Amino acid sequence: MSNITSTSTFQSITCPACGLLCDDIHLARNHSGKLSVTQNGCQRSISFFSRAALPSSAKIKGNPVSLDEAVAHAAKLLSASKQPLFAGLGTDVNGMRSIMRLADNSGAVLDHMNTNGLMRNIQTVQNSGWQVTTLTEVRNRVDLLLIIGTDVVSVLPRFFERVVWNKESMFGQDTSQREVVYLGGRDLDISAGTSPDGRKPQALPCDVARLPEVVSVLRALVSGKKLHATEVAGIAISDLQNLSERLSKAQYSVLAWAPPALNFPHAELTVQNIADLVKTLNKTTRSSGLPLGGSDGDMSANQVCTWISGYPLRTSYARTYPEHDPYHFSTDYLLANDEADFLLWVSSFNPERTPPATNIPTVVLGHSTMSFEREPEVFIPIATPGIDHSGILFRMDNVVSLPVEQLRASELPTLSVVISAIEKAVTC
Amino acid sequence: MLTKLIGGKVYDPANKIDGQVRDIYIRDGRVVDRPRDGEPVSQEYNLNGKVVMAGAIDMHTHIGGGKVNIARMLLPEDHRGDPVAHTELCRAGCGHVIPSTLTTGYRYAEMGYTAGFEPAVLPINARQAHLEMGDTPIIDKGGYVMLGSDDFLLRMLAAKKDQNAINDYVAWTMHASQAMGIKVVNAGGISAFKFNQRMLDLDEKNSHYQITPREVLNTLSRAVYELGVPHPLHVHGNNLGVPGNVETTLNTMAGVEGYPIHLTHIQFHSYGTEGDRKFSSGAARIAEAINQRKNVSADVGQILFGQTVTASGDNMAQFRNHAAGSPHKWVCMDIECDAGCGVVPFKYKDQNFVNALQWAIGLEIFLLVDDPWRIFLTTDHPNGAPFTSYPHLIKLLMDKTFRNEMLSRISPDAQAMSTLASIDREYSLYEIAIMTRAGAAKLVGLHDRGHLGAGAGADITVYTDQPDREAMFAKPDYVFKDGELVVKDGSVVKVTWGTTHTVKPEFDRGIEREIKKYFDAYHTVNMEHVKVTDQHIADDGRGRVQVHECKGRREKAV
Repeated sequence: MSNITSTSTFQSITCPACGLLCDDIHLARNHSGKLSVTQNGCQRSISFFSRAALPSSAKIKGNPVSLDEAVAHAAKLLSASKQPLFAGLGTDVNGMRSIMRLADNSGAVLDHMNTNGLMRNIQTVQNSGWQVTTLTEVRNRVDLLLIIGTDVVSVLPRFFERVVWNKESMFGQDTSQREVVYLGGRDLDISAGTSPDGRKPQALPCDVARLPEVVSVLRALVSGKKLHATEVAGIAISDLQNLSERLSKAQYSVLAWAPPALNFPHAELTVQNIADLVKTLNKTTRSSGLPLGGSDGDMSANQVCTWISGYPLRTSYARTYPEHDPYHFSTDYLLANDEADFLLWVSSFNPERTPPATNIPTVVLGHSTMSFEREPEVFIPIATPGIDHSGILFRMDNVVSLPVEQLRASELPTLSVVISAIEKAVTC
Repeated sequence: MLTKLIGGKVYDPANKIDGQVRDIYIRDGRVVDRPRDGEPVSQEYNLNGKVVMAGAIDMHTHIGGGKVNIARMLLPEDHRGDPVAHTELCRAGCGHVIPSTLTTGYRYAEMGYTAGFEPAVLPINARQAHLEMGDTPIIDKGGYVMLGSDDFLLRMLAAKKDQNAINDYVAWTMHASQAMGIKVVNAGGISAFKFNQRMLDLDEKNSHYQITPREVLNTLSRAVYELGVPHPLHVHGNNLGVPGNVETTLNTMAGVEGYPIHLTHIQFHSYGTEGDRKFSSGAARIAEAINQRKNVSADVGQILFGQTVTASGDNMAQFRNHAAGSPHKWVCMDIECDAGCGVVPFKYKDQNFVNALQWAIGLEIFLLVDDPWRIFLTTDHPNGAPFTSYPHLIKLLMDKTFRNEMLSRISPDAQAMSTLASIDREYSLYEIAIMTRAGAAKLVGLHDRGHLGAGAGADITVYTDQPDREAMFAKPDYVFKDGELVVKDGSVVKVTWGTTHTVKPEFDRGIEREIKKYFDAYHTVNMEHVKVTDQHIADDGRGRVQVHECKGRREKAV
């Protein structure tokens, strides 16, 4: 980009607003640096890119201070802490690398704002593993898409446009003939599952809380078990039997779920049941799971945490070496049990993801337009990857990483710069 | 600043130095012949009686990329057994079968290794592989990028595109992925698995493209040769782990029309079907074929007993073998119509007949291949065993008494099926230096590594000559990386960031129009975004990128 302070237009920009990381966005920038999506947008990307670049100052207890003062105060609070918690972690790869270094040096616990959902997937991997796929495979192979407990589009708005109802596919498939089935949930918006020629998707609704039973029944049927019951959670067994037969006949079925939507106790066991169902189908045909998520840099944070510490998120450096505990090192648990005495909250993409209510000293490194019901001890506005600076993010499928670009001049410091400054101030 | 290493016994096979006492001078990170007139020596190390070699190079080790990180995520219980605490110098992490990136770098260096090459970089995941290697300190690194089950190549083959166009595509991929070589994994088989084929022998057709693995191997081995890429096509054969696959492997060697190929973790591809259990050693036949065919090299992929995890691009084989895994949990992925991966934990047991015979087969291959320039010391980390077991493996190769004692402890049925006890060969220090230094550098295409002649990067390891070779190789006295002392008495004393090695063969940029059209029609990312830049690799002061020459490039075929 030749001049990042003038008006300009961009093509093929990567959007960090959700886990799809669509990289075909067209944008315009006006003289004041405001960005607007001109092509290939969705509600999320439009609102993400149009957020104003407000001149914003660092604050201590809500009062404007210089960046240096804010950094010094944050460092003082961190130094005084016996058990710091670094949470939120809405950042890119380099931001997370800097967080990892500071956590290692200060004995912090690491948790992401999306981990209550994401951990359901991580625990499934740790308990049984899974067979999963990526977006280009779905786009070119899926013949039966089974969506469990979500409408998809509220998580990933352009999912159907990009990987289900795409016109061209590699292997000559007539994509308009793809079957879409929604299993579970009530009053979901299933309109996106309607094929371009108007064919409606099948819906088998039930309360989300009863999905554990429904998924178990479907897995039993796919495994060839006979059931005496005639219905489960209001869904006729014959409908599930029919679905099971179609799954077995499909050449490449994809079973998709969104972990946050499975909001009931021990949902990881339901994810595991889905994963095991997919494994069973693969004894004779091909099938893959597709976990849906990936917003606010959760995939990036988890990847970086895993390669640097050896463990996924919810890892602690308190004992000078990393330890992982999916329950104990959750933000909710640590705050509820007074086991953390300092919170560093990072949210560089989204001003709405503010820190949880807590009485412990809180330092927020957040989006410049973030506002608070209760001012944190320190607030430092930071640059947003993909708008204010370049970076790298991982897509929802945990395989593809994409570069994001700087699109406008910004005086906001990057997370890495602020973290390095805090680190230096702690050491001094 | 000049450093002088005085009086060590030098093993530098690239310069035909076999244990002679020599002084070595280092200036600005490079080995130099002698000081300039009047140049003072700033630092001296008295190495009297010590063994001096170039830093070791692991030419096949899974240290970066998606499947490695999946393996980490899969095995928290394994990490818990090997926590690595933060020290004044080194950051925390964890070790054992699939260590964190930082620990990987420290431990390689502490073992005298100064470079490692990731052999399964998927084009679409190359950035991640480089990011992980970017967080792996001290050692140099690089990767071989995987082709052969990617839709674009199979499409080109099905359309009978000419070799020049394929060469252009191969070169484009190497640029985009910042690779040092080309790897093919179960040629065409990862793709075939997506079409629900469960096996693919050398002359069996992929059901969609009607292309055989043999065609893929011929085309790619020729492409690599014609582009002048120094590292020969890196081949993970078809039918990994299948009894009887020795025939496939022999056919693979015979089938590439004399083009150079490197057969990786060949132990897993050297199985016969003799005996009561229909599982036997094909090592003698494999070794004989390698001895005869000068275009072929191999690394062993030795298994060693204990817990490990297998991480591979070959999801067809990993799916097939998952039931034998332990603990019983595994991940398989189809990836972007480009590749795949499979991660299956394994616990190799010395009383298990198959595992015990696999152990013996690997050692038989090491000992029966005559030319140490064409056989390489690997465990296919972590697939056969973690890289930290290399000193033990070196002892098995150098000490016949120790080897036979180990042999006497394994499954008696496996002992009976192996010729290992009758093999007297013991590797010499010179041969170990070939296998792990000079030969590895030559094979990978590192002109300035793996030797100690003037101009070489001063990656140097100093050992105390001990009869217990395991103890000797586990804990070098000194390791120098680019002339800086990074390890003393087996512990890191300085953390540096290594170089990423790549090649950039010339090609006709016209191919990019085709690739772009293809990405726009079928993929979910823009072609431009697949390309890994130098900045992605070396950002934040993480080392640098070094591009090696592609000498001997062939003109386009008419």
